[in-house]
Amino acid sequence: MSINKEKDFGTPAAASENMVTLEIDGFQVTAPTGTSVMRAAASIGIEIPKLCATDSIEPFGSCRLCVVQIEGGRGMPASCTTPVAEGLKIVTQNKKLADVRRGIMELYISDHPLDCLTCSANGDCELQDMAGVVGLREVRYNPIETHLKAEKDHSNPYFSFDPSKCIVCSRCVRACEETQGTFALTIDGRGFDSKVSPSQNQPFLESECVSCGACVQACPTATLMEKSVIDNGLPEHAIVTTCAYCGVGCSFRAEMKGEQVIRMVPHKDGKANHGHSCVKGRFAFGYATHKDRITKPMIRASIKDAWQEVSWEEAINHAASELKRIQAKYGKDSIGGITSSRCTNEEVYIMQKLIRAGFGNNNVDTCARVCHSPTGYGLKQTFGESSGTQDFDSVMKADVIMVIGANPTDGHPVFGSQMKKRLRQGAKLIVIDPREIDLVKSPHVKASHHLKLRPGTNVAMINALGHVVVTENLIDEAFINERCDVAAFAKWKTFIAEERNSPEASESVTGIPAAELRAAARLYATAGNGAIYYGLGVTEHSQGSTTVIGIANLAMATGSLGHDGAGVNPLRGQNNVQGSCDMGSFPHEFPGYRHVSDPVTHQLFEKAWQTELSSEPGLRIPNMFEAALDKSFMGLYCEGEDIAQSDPDIKHVHAALRAMECVIVQDIFLNETAKFAHVFLPGSSFLEKNGTFTNAERRISPVRKVMSPLAGYQDWEVTQMLANAMGYPMNYSHPSEIMDEIARLTPSFTGVSYEKIERLGSVQWPCNDEAPEGTPIMHTEHFLRDNGKGLFMLTEFVPTAERVTAKYPLILTTGRILSQYNVGAQTRRTENVAWHSEDRLEIHPHDAEDRGVKTGDWVGIKSRAGETVLRALVSDRVQPGVVYTTFHFPESGANVITTDNSDWATNCPEYKVTAVQITKVSQPSEWQQEYSAFTEKQLELLEQGISHD
Amino acid sequence: MKIERLIKMANDIGNFFNSEPDKEIAAEGIKNHILRSWDPRMRKAIITYCQEDGSELSTLVKTAITKLAA
Repeated sequence: MSINKEKDFGTPAAASENMVTLEIDGFQVTAPTGTSVMRAAASIGIEIPKLCATDSIEPFGSCRLCVVQIEGGRGMPASCTTPVAEGLKIVTQNKKLADVRRGIMELYISDHPLDCLTCSANGDCELQDMAGVVGLREVRYNPIETHLKAEKDHSNPYFSFDPSKCIVCSRCVRACEETQGTFALTIDGRGFDSKVSPSQNQPFLESECVSCGACVQACPTATLMEKSVIDNGLPEHAIVTTCAYCGVGCSFRAEMKGEQVIRMVPHKDGKANHGHSCVKGRFAFGYATHKDRITKPMIRASIKDAWQEVSWEEAINHAASELKRIQAKYGKDSIGGITSSRCTNEEVYIMQKLIRAGFGNNNVDTCARVCHSPTGYGLKQTFGESSGTQDFDSVMKADVIMVIGANPTDGHPVFGSQMKKRLRQGAKLIVIDPREIDLVKSPHVKASHHLKLRPGTNVAMINALGHVVVTENLIDEAFINERCDVAAFAKWKTFIAEERNSPEASESVTGIPAAELRAAARLYATAGNGAIYYGLGVTEHSQGSTTVIGIANLAMATGSLGHDGAGVNPLRGQNNVQGSCDMGSFPHEFPGYRHVSDPVTHQLFEKAWQTELSSEPGLRIPNMFEAALDKSFMGLYCEGEDIAQSDPDIKHVHAALRAMECVIVQDIFLNETAKFAHVFLPGSSFLEKNGTFTNAERRISPVRKVMSPLAGYQDWEVTQMLANAMGYPMNYSHPSEIMDEIARLTPSFTGVSYEKIERLGSVQWPCNDEAPEGTPIMHTEHFLRDNGKGLFMLTEFVPTAERVTAKYPLILTTGRILSQYNVGAQTRRTENVAWHSEDRLEIHPHDAEDRGVKTGDWVGIKSRAGETVLRALVSDRVQPGVVYTTFHFPESGANVITTDNSDWATNCPEYKVTAVQITKVSQPSEWQQEYSAFTEKQLELLEQGISHD
Repeated sequence: MKIERLIKMANDIGNFFNSEPDKEIAAEGIKNHILRSWDPRMRKAIITYCQEDGSELSTLVKTAITKLAA
């Protein structure tokens, strides 16, 4: 339920194009075949009473409150399960129906606590509403036995379960099945004993429940209720905004009481999430007002000094003067900045503008450097644009889904649920991953093929798939001839058909049985619409870009592009990875992925920004570190990114940060990078600012300020102040003006405006004269390369330099977990730690036994780069020879052990392949002990400097 | 800039383009990739290394760096 209720039509919309006309209470209504009578009635404003029906789930017909009469028909059918038909005449209200409904309500209320005035759902309860609607005035029954003393379950940190208020309508059970696809809930028992049961009658927290909130959303009473509502009462207004977690970009209604967020409710009209959510977006927003927030600017001369709180003016002037001093001493190219995918489009845009126009160089990079930069490169080369090809809804038309190096149910949970819905409808699934992710086998979902490859062999695998497609003549010749560069295809065809690329030849490299790989390739190429979804398991390799190119080759060869149900879809890790890249935050590209040396683009921006611009590519993030140690890069402005935790070979990163003379961090917390900073500019959370995020399907969605910035300024305003202090004037009064400038200067954004986003809810770029309302599916008629043709490229497999040896016999690979997000700065400061309070090392039972390791033991993980210590989790989800961990806690030091190997094209780090040895140990590593002491000292220096008013 | 790092980066780029049968096209690809994505100080360092030593660079990459310097 939610305040300012969104209209509930009772049952889902029907997809049919065939329309029928009927009469309801004397009014004519026309509706698609398959529509329920209840929904048809609702569409003309006739609300039929209901309890077990809601339009996010299929009708169930259990409460019988929605009964109607049909002229010429028998009995009283439930309107939720009765489909419309031509010429029907329906009566929804008469005395007979009213008596039945009143009788039903009387039975419900006879076993329901009559504490409405003190109930947390008072004013937001459908049972209460229906009692009023049917005119219930008395309850004649005096039951011998009731459920009124049923025990409450408060185990979930975010919501309570009060079975005494349950009417057993099964909405929660069905939401868990249909919307989320977890099947954690069931109705246990029969008749009077029927009750909602998480897993095997376990408390919610101990059950399979993933805390997505779908059940809470579906519950018509106070049975499942947010604790924030229980504690604070109902919200009084709501503002639609966009989640700041993963790249799905869910739309939420921030339900407010004044400036306090009471709850985040997934927005039914959100085109990326259709009213669904995950535990992070739905519940984990408490970090925004966490006590660790820093809300006053601070400066210090050295990282050995205590912080000193200063005014905004002093902090900005100090930062600008330091940057200018460094440029005077070391040269114009000695400073730069790093933006973040957590920033809005408008923030990223003016940040790169400040660097290019205000700093006078192109030393700007973004955290996409360490995640999806190979996507940008690979898809630009092959398709002509650095983006995924489909909208999320396209998956509902896929016949075979190939998931490579991604874990959607953990990393992109709301899209993962949509994908599972399609799989339950019968689409086939191929999972390519070293680890057995949940999708491989979960309730009512089973992969046809799980290609369990060795980490670091993606290119050999993708080449083998291409080999089968070509040599078994599974290619789509018509598509290739019409849509692709045929000369490049001929060259690729010759290359890929070579025997060394066959599944049999590559089996010893990849570890994938040749027959299994052949079967998977045939399935992908022949099952109908083939859709590829991939993640960081593809990109974060020394050949990350090559694999992206290989994926593009495979999709072009099979004609799996340009139409619904197909495509190549990178699942972006953070909320605005796509947007931050679009906005020109790479050192070699202006907004819209145009090279800084392109004369036309260069002239366009020089004219618009009224200053001379460099046409030379700037430094990438790892290059900045190298240059810092070389004393040619000495000042950094870092907004929203935590390079001191997230980047590889962290000791090297820390050394580089220590070498710089001025590090300016703009963030909401004193993050790991801020411990090496000289200026701290307090940032604003997504709840405190206006702007837009662009999700993985290129959807530009509004971010709306629902509370005042705790530090007084929105982030774009801070960057603007710094630009002005640097002597480069910026005078935007609202982010919409920044978007207007982006639209003026970027061909794929010319039709984008806040007015349009407000009107449509969101819009997918390209949005211009050719596509005024945006582009859900790209490359439908031609590719965006200059000649309009898709380009096949050769993808030779080159083994990574990171090899296993007797000294380092295991491969470490990394990933993320559902409840935590990226470096954990946000989610570690929420109740999500109830699910994941530390990073653990997953190790196969055989490898564990060889080393005498048991679950819970401390183990040392040593690589060529360093050593850290984690607790072990013995699991057969990983294969022998492979170990796995997450990287959500800084003290874990996961990046102490990752190396400086990187993608050949983009320098994206090879996080996914690190040769390691595991040994049982009894204490933290030397690095962990040193870093713990460093952190303690930095917190002391913070405490000495801050006021507590 | 640590030259060892730049040498590795250049050779990695070379490995990708090495599958191109026409080595002239391959060298041009390497040159353009470096020209379009490396900061000038990095390009200067690899050119200097190539001219003064170059022993750790693959033959194809050396050809490309020579083109870059021209």
